[in-house]
Amino acid sequence: MTAQQIIFLVVSFVTLGSALMVVTSRNLIHAALWLVSTLFGVAIIYTLLNAGFLAVVQVVVYIGAIAILFIFAVMLTRKDMRDQSPQLNRNWWMGALLAVVTFGGLFSLLQSWSGFSKTAADFPSGFDAIGRLGEALVSPDAFVLPFEVASVLLLAALVGAVYLAFNRK
Amino acid sequence: MNFWNDPLKIAADWLMGIFTSWGMPEIGAQALIAFLGIFLLIAILMVLDIFLVWIERKVVARFQDRIGPNRLGPYGLMQPFADIVKLLIKEDTTPAGADKVVYNIAPMLSMMSVLILWAIVPLAPVILGVDLNVGILFLIAAGSIGTLSIIMAGWSSNNKFAMVGAFRQVAVMISFEVPMLAMLLIPTVLSGSMGMNAIIQKQDIWFVALAPLGALIFLIAAIAELGRAPFDMAEGESELVSGYNIEYSGMKFGMFYAGELLHAFTFGGFWSILFFGGYRFFGLEKVSPFLAIAVILFKAMIGYWIIMWVKYTMLRIRIDHMLAFNWKFLTPLSFVLLMMTALLNALLRGGSTWLYISGMFLSNVLLAWSALEIARTYSRREREKAEGPKQALGVVAEVHH
Amino acid sequence: MIPLSWFLTLSAGLFSIGLFGVLSRRNAVAILLGVELMLNAVNVNLVAFWRYGDLAQMAGQVFAIIVFAVAAAEVAVGLALIISVYRRRNTVIANDLDLLKW
Repeated sequence: MTAQQIIFLVVSFVTLGSALMVVTSRNLIHAALWLVSTLFGVAIIYTLLNAGFLAVVQVVVYIGAIAILFIFAVMLTRKDMRDQSPQLNRNWWMGALLAVVTFGGLFSLLQSWSGFSKTAADFPSGFDAIGRLGEALVSPDAFVLPFEVASVLLLAALVGAVYLAFNRK
Repeated sequence: MNFWNDPLKIAADWLMGIFTSWGMPEIGAQALIAFLGIFLLIAILMVLDIFLVWIERKVVARFQDRIGPNRLGPYGLMQPFADIVKLLIKEDTTPAGADKVVYNIAPMLSMMSVLILWAIVPLAPVILGVDLNVGILFLIAAGSIGTLSIIMAGWSSNNKFAMVGAFRQVAVMISFEVPMLAMLLIPTVLSGSMGMNAIIQKQDIWFVALAPLGALIFLIAAIAELGRAPFDMAEGESELVSGYNIEYSGMKFGMFYAGELLHAFTFGGFWSILFFGGYRFFGLEKVSPFLAIAVILFKAMIGYWIIMWVKYTMLRIRIDHMLAFNWKFLTPLSFVLLMMTALLNALLRGGSTWLYISGMFLSNVLLAWSALEIARTYSRREREKAEGPKQALGVVAEVHH
Repeated sequence: MIPLSWFLTLSAGLFSIGLFGVLSRRNAVAILLGVELMLNAVNVNLVAFWRYGDLAQMAGQVFAIIVFAVAAAEVAVGLALIISVYRRRNTVIANDLDLLKW
């Protein structure tokens, strides 16, 4: 059990536990805060995968923007301060069954794949992942077109969200 | 390689020798040494924080033409210790109906978001927590955690004023992250790296000479991020009954307050790292790391003094004016500045140094002047729409006679 | 070292939990929380395959960044929609938004 394995086990335990709390919390603000914990766990997983840039972007974008947006939305769409209604709908057992079946299906499907137990190649020292990522994002024979389309998508989402939520008094 | 040249490595090797001679496995010893280093840094920061309280109170007193605390100890130096004792012995209340867990975690998260920033601050070329190659983004990420802590504090207090204050503060913080991020990209463009140490190493010419407008906008955005005046809508004592920390008393309030001061000092430090050369001072840092630490602390103190100067001189801005200022003025200006800096940097860097410096400096001045002219025209137009043009008023007055 | 299976299992588990959240929650905002979990699971998967595959191929990380952008856009528009619906119908329970049902 190397240190990395121990860290991975602890972090994944925390992540999955927080995810469970997200989907079963009665109080939606608590659910949003558990989501923050889950996102933080995922950021640590990215660090374990030597994707440091993605880890920091995860914290900035997901925790710093999306989670706060969730908290604002929860606060703006509640009728009273206490949540008395049940948090799960009538057919929640069907959802649970489907979730278990999905997990089992994915797991068994991957078991039969040969590369399932592959261990990682060593991370070459001096490998400038961020520089290469930057080049891939703006180089014409790499991914500049999806990058530009994503920015147009964000612009459309920005305009749409402002228009939808605008309260003309 | 003696102690005065490379203190951290010498200390770490010595401790490693001791721990392995006790029979500890190497990886456990490494973890323990890392913890001891973190603990030492946090202890020093907390003591520094106490003196920041003293500095703050003395400086605000001088700005207000009075003396400040001078009863306890020489020049009132023991005053912050008395404050801490007072905060510690206060009753630890939790308001009725408050969300206990969230209420108690919020001040811890707020303090954590400040302390975590010191992991990437390079105190000397060889003394730094971790040389992250995405240090700039780490700065924003830690700010996000601070934002989260404020909204947790405001919501969990079960108090309308706290929630309104927290909403406003979080809106200001998220909004001002955009020009701050754009201005953080200017040292990245000028130095070719996002790591703090690399940015300092590349500052043969201080970046403030190459992008003075960038330094100014970064300072404005940083003051807004800190939640200090003139952007302290959340804690406007006269308006919101001190906003998100209404229901906090005792040490929890102390953590918010001390965390804010330390945050201001940290941003003074980052301002000096990004634009004023960090620990560099004409080669002084090569002499000894301790001189480098002294240099960077001195520059951080100057940055902190400027932030305090702004706080105690300027009036508070209204919340809608704050947000309009950000989205309608600062954000477009910062993006244009970023593009212009990147373009001019690529064009002029190869040429002569004097052309480079003067070209970038003049372009910044030109951009600032034209932005202010546009703002002036816009505000003149707004004023005319609101009051009517000057000639019509004179005609109306004559007619009424 | 950590075998790839661990990361894929974590990703599958996170995805299933998100799926459960989407299918079983009443509140529309809670459903969006489940969608966020699923997107994060997908991202973990992508980055794990980048790391355990060809490191020079940045497609894995680029895909993950595009997923970040899409998730942010979707959350923004989705929450704006929910707030807008709340203003009209005063409810965000997904079951009660049934004006178009016949």
